[in-house]
Amino acid sequence: MSDAIITVENLSKRYLVEHQSKHGGRYTTFREMIAREVNNFARKAIDLVHGRPIIQGNDVEEFWALRDVCFEIRQGSIVGIIGPNGAGKSTLLKILSRITPPTEGRILIWGRVASLLEVGTGFHAELTGRENIFLNGAILGMTQREIRKKFDEIVAFADVERFIDMPVKRYSSGMHVRLAFAVAAHLEPDILIVDEVLAVGDAAFQKKCLGKMDDVSRREGRTVLFVSHNMSVIKALCPSAIWLDRGLVRRQGTAEEVVGEYLATVAPSQDRFVKLEDVQRLHKLEDGLRLLSLEWNCDLPLRHGEPIKGRIRFRARTRSQDVVIGIGFANLEGDRVLTYETDSQVGFRAHVSETGDHCVEFAVAALPLAPDIYALDVFCRSSEINSLDYVPAVIQVEVVAGTKTPTAIIKHNTGVHLPSSWTWENLEHGGPTVSPAQI
Amino acid sequence: MKELTIIEAGRQERHYWRELWRYRELFQVLAWRDLSVRYRQTAIGAIWALIRPFLTMVVFTVVFGHIAQLPSEGSAPYALMVFAGLLPWAFFAGGLAEASNSLVQNASLINKVYIPWLIVPTATVIVTLVDFLISFVILLALLLWYQFLPGWRLLLLPAFVILTFAISLGPALWLTSLNVRYRDFRYVIPFVIQLGLYVSPVGFSSAIVPADWRLLYSVNPMVGVIDGFRWCILGGQLYLPGLAMSLGVTLFFLWLGIRQFRRMEKSFADLI
Repeated sequence: MSDAIITVENLSKRYLVEHQSKHGGRYTTFREMIAREVNNFARKAIDLVHGRPIIQGNDVEEFWALRDVCFEIRQGSIVGIIGPNGAGKSTLLKILSRITPPTEGRILIWGRVASLLEVGTGFHAELTGRENIFLNGAILGMTQREIRKKFDEIVAFADVERFIDMPVKRYSSGMHVRLAFAVAAHLEPDILIVDEVLAVGDAAFQKKCLGKMDDVSRREGRTVLFVSHNMSVIKALCPSAIWLDRGLVRRQGTAEEVVGEYLATVAPSQDRFVKLEDVQRLHKLEDGLRLLSLEWNCDLPLRHGEPIKGRIRFRARTRSQDVVIGIGFANLEGDRVLTYETDSQVGFRAHVSETGDHCVEFAVAALPLAPDIYALDVFCRSSEINSLDYVPAVIQVEVVAGTKTPTAIIKHNTGVHLPSSWTWENLEHGGPTVSPAQI
Repeated sequence: MKELTIIEAGRQERHYWRELWRYRELFQVLAWRDLSVRYRQTAIGAIWALIRPFLTMVVFTVVFGHIAQLPSEGSAPYALMVFAGLLPWAFFAGGLAEASNSLVQNASLINKVYIPWLIVPTATVIVTLVDFLISFVILLALLLWYQFLPGWRLLLLPAFVILTFAISLGPALWLTSLNVRYRDFRYVIPFVIQLGLYVSPVGFSSAIVPADWRLLYSVNPMVGVIDGFRWCILGGQLYLPGLAMSLGVTLFFLWLGIRQFRRMEKSFADLI
C-alpha cells in the first residue's frame, strides 16, 4: 500500500437529462397526441415494473458531470478543490461521501469518512440546540458517548451556551451555522470532506473554523478535502489543490500554482442577461423568495467611473418583511470588495406583501471599481440576519477603463481611494514648490 | 490498519448488515426525534393517540354491532372485539403511511449525507409503535369496564406485535423507495389503507367468513394478526392455517421490500 489515503481511478459520473424533444414537440392531431401519450405511459409502466429510472420527456441527453477523474491524496494533507460553477466539484464530493454511486471508475478510501456538504443536515427546527447536537452528531456518525464527552466543547465552540435549551427555530442564522459547524468540527474521522459551508456565518467565526480545520489536519494527522470559491482561503489553508473544469481534472499541484492558473483563465461573462433561477444554491434556505435573474441595462464590459444600471427579478412565494436585495463584487480571491443594496436608501424598508414575480432596478452613478475582473454575487435577505436567497460568484464580470475618473476608486491591492485634500509647501523658500499639473 | 472502503459502479455493499448495525444509535436517535417532534405545538399532545382509535371503535361498534347486528367472538362484548382488531390495524396503517413518506420527508438525509438509509423508514415505524402502546391504555380501560379477564395467552401478544411490525415494514420499504421516484404513491397509500380497513376483519369477526374461504381470506396478512390479537385478548380458537399463511405472505413482502429498497437505494440521491 502506498501512502495514499484516497485513490481515485478513472472516475466518471453520468446524469440523464430528460426533456421534451424539440422537433415535433407539438401534436398535430388529437389522435396523434393520444397515441404518443399512451406510448409514453406504456414505456413508463414497463420501466416502473423493472425498477428502472423512468424518463419524463421523450428525449434523453447524457450529461457527464465527471469524466475520467484520477488523483491520489496522501494522509494528513489538506487539498482544495476549485473550479467554476458546474465543474463537478459537488458531484465529486457526493461520490466520495457515498451519497451517489459513480457510473464508471473506482475509489479506494482508507479509513472513516465524514462529510459536511451542508451545515446542519437533519437539524430539526422544533428541537432545542442540545437535542440537535445529539441528532446531528448521530447523523454524521458519532456515537452518543462521543457526543456526550464533547458536548461542552461543542457548545463553547459555537458560543451558544445561553440558548442551548431553546428550539433552533428561534436561532439567528448565524447561531444556526455556528452550532452546526461546531458539531462537525468535533468529529474524529480519518478523512473530512467539506463543501463550501463556510460562506455563511460571520468572518470571525469563519476564521475560527478554518483554524480548527488546519488544526485537525496538522496536529491530528487527518486528511481534509475542501471546496471553496474563496481563493485566498484555499491558498492559506491548502498546500495542494485540484482544479476541476467541466468534469475533467484540469490541473493539480501546489495550491499557489493551481489557483494562479485558474484565475488567469476565468473568463468574464458578456451576457447582459444572467439567469439566477437555475443556479444551484449552496445552502438550503427557506424557499420563500427566489432570485430569478439579473439583467444589465448598460454596456458590457462595465466601465470604471461610468454609470451601471440593471434590474433584478425575483419570485415571492410567501410574504416577507424588511426585504433587502443587492449585488456584490468580489475580487477573484473571493473577498467582497463592493456591495450595493436596496438598504442603502436610508429609512426605506421594503415589505413584499404580494406573492408572485417582482423586479427591482438599480442605478449607480459612477462605478468605483478599478479595471479588473470581479465575481458577481446576488443576494436577498430579510432585515439584518436572515438570508433569503444567495447566489455567490454567479458570473465573472470585467471592468475596463472608462473616460472619467470617479471620486472614489476601489483597487485590488490598495483598497479604497477616496477624495481628500493635500497642500504642498516648500520649507526652504516658502510658497508652493510643486505646480499642480492640469489634468 | 484502517478499514478500506471501495466505491465502484454497481458494487454490492459487502458489509451491508454490519454497517446497519454500526448505525444502530442513529436508529434510536431518529426514532426519538420523530417522537419528540410528533406532538410539539399541539394543544392536547399525545391524547390524540387515544381519541382517534376510541372514536373509531365507537363508530364501528354502532355500525357493525348494533345496526348490522353482526355476531361478536364468543362471549366478548362487541366493542372489546372491535378494539382488539383496531389496535394492530392502527399500528399497521400508521406505520405504513409514515414510513412510505419517510424518505421524501427526510430529503436532506438522502442527498447531503451518507447513512444506511434503511434506518429512516424503519425508525418511523417505531414511532407508530409508541402510539400503539398509548392506545393500549384504552384496551386496559375497556377490560376493566366490561370486567373481562384475559387469560395467560395475553403473554403471547408481543409476538403478534412483532408480526404486525413486519407486515407494515415490508410494503413500506417497497413503497417508500418507489415514492422517491414516483410521487404517485403518495396518493395511492391513503386509498389502499382506507380500502384495507374494510377488507380486514377490523369491524367484524373473521369467523363470519365462510369456512371454505377462510384460508383464501388469510392471504391478507392482517387477518392472521387480528385473529391472533383477539385470540390473545378474548380467547377462543386460533385458526392456525390462516396464521401460517399470514406469516408466509409477510415474509414474502418483507423480502420483496428489502430487495427493492436495496436495489433503488444507490440512486436515491439522484432521484429525490
